[in-house]
Amino acid sequence: MMETTNNNIQVQPADPAKIKKIWKVAGILALITAVEFVIAFTVSSGMPRNSLFILLTLWKAFYIVSEFMHLKHEHKVLIWSLGLPVVFIIWLVIALLNEGSAIFSYFVG
Amino acid sequence: MSQTSTLIPGATGVWGGGNKPMNASYGKLMMWFFLLSDTFSFSGLLIAYGMLRYRFPAYPHSPTDSFLPSAEHWPIPELVFDAVPFLHGVHLPLVFVGIMTFILILSSVTMVLAVEAGHRMDREAVQKWMLWTIVGGITFLGCQAWEWAHFIDGKGVGMVVKELVDGKWVEAMVYGANLEANEYGPQVFANLFFFITGFHGTHVLSGIILNFIIFYNVVVGTYDKRGHYEMVEKVGLYWHFVDLVWVFVFTFFYLI
Repeated sequence: MMETTNNNIQVQPADPAKIKKIWKVAGILALITAVEFVIAFTVSSGMPRNSLFILLTLWKAFYIVSEFMHLKHEHKVLIWSLGLPVVFIIWLVIALLNEGSAIFSYFVG
Repeated sequence: MSQTSTLIPGATGVWGGGNKPMNASYGKLMMWFFLLSDTFSFSGLLIAYGMLRYRFPAYPHSPTDSFLPSAEHWPIPELVFDAVPFLHGVHLPLVFVGIMTFILILSSVTMVLAVEAGHRMDREAVQKWMLWTIVGGITFLGCQAWEWAHFIDGKGVGMVVKELVDGKWVEAMVYGANLEANEYGPQVFANLFFFITGFHGTHVLSGIILNFIIFYNVVVGTYDKRGHYEMVEKVGLYWHFVDLVWVFVFTFFYLI
């Protein structure tokens, strides 16, 4: 079973700059989450707070997708073919939030 | 890191196997498009949450009031999820969910480190970081199990609901939450909680299983023989996606 052990495997040393970058992104993600907590307990709820939460979430999502999932460094066509379909989701969010408040106003009177 | 394992030696042309569309291997590309389809599933659930949430009026609340759930108003999530294991009865809003979020982000970091070690063909380091990722995933799932159990048990406060029994409206008390009763607010709040966190938890579970299979392959030396660690990268994409989804679930379900 073990006849084809590859003997010419070269283990490369870790690049400290790369490792540092990974931990830096991790730090940013943790920091944004901490800020979200502070906002949750200090800012009163409403549209401005919700927008702030959504912006911070998108910021986090950008870091996860671009750095952790490495998408920022992929081919441009791949970035676009994944990014463009998401536009339809944004449209659906706006459409159905509108529908939700329309149903709400129907029940209110 | 571009590996050439998916190319057919000697093949030429775009469709003959002599090219890599978008400069990514077949496996990575398919993982990306699977994740795109999964994005649509999760978006559908979260958008349904948004729509149903705005079909109910917000709970009228000032910081000094105590929270008395009603079936007519959408509850305040931070006042529903305020329990932490071993600290029974202590009011700690969102603290446990916050810990869960940090655990998942941290397991995403260890996954990146495993992928990075794979690029360097460093088997020992891949083993170490993948094991930490699996530990993080299992911890997260355990936390979620506790949260579900607590949500189902309820706080013991209960809520009065009106029920139609034999053509008469009677008042009844509900304790805890399931798919038929919910002491925290409108029934659909509990249903969405079970569906959304359950769907995410299923993804975490399958992620742990996939991670474990790849970890096993690393240990027995499959990728050293293959000459590259691209499978670690592919399973890493899936794991980061699970983290990504949680970031949105955390915001839309617990914060807003």
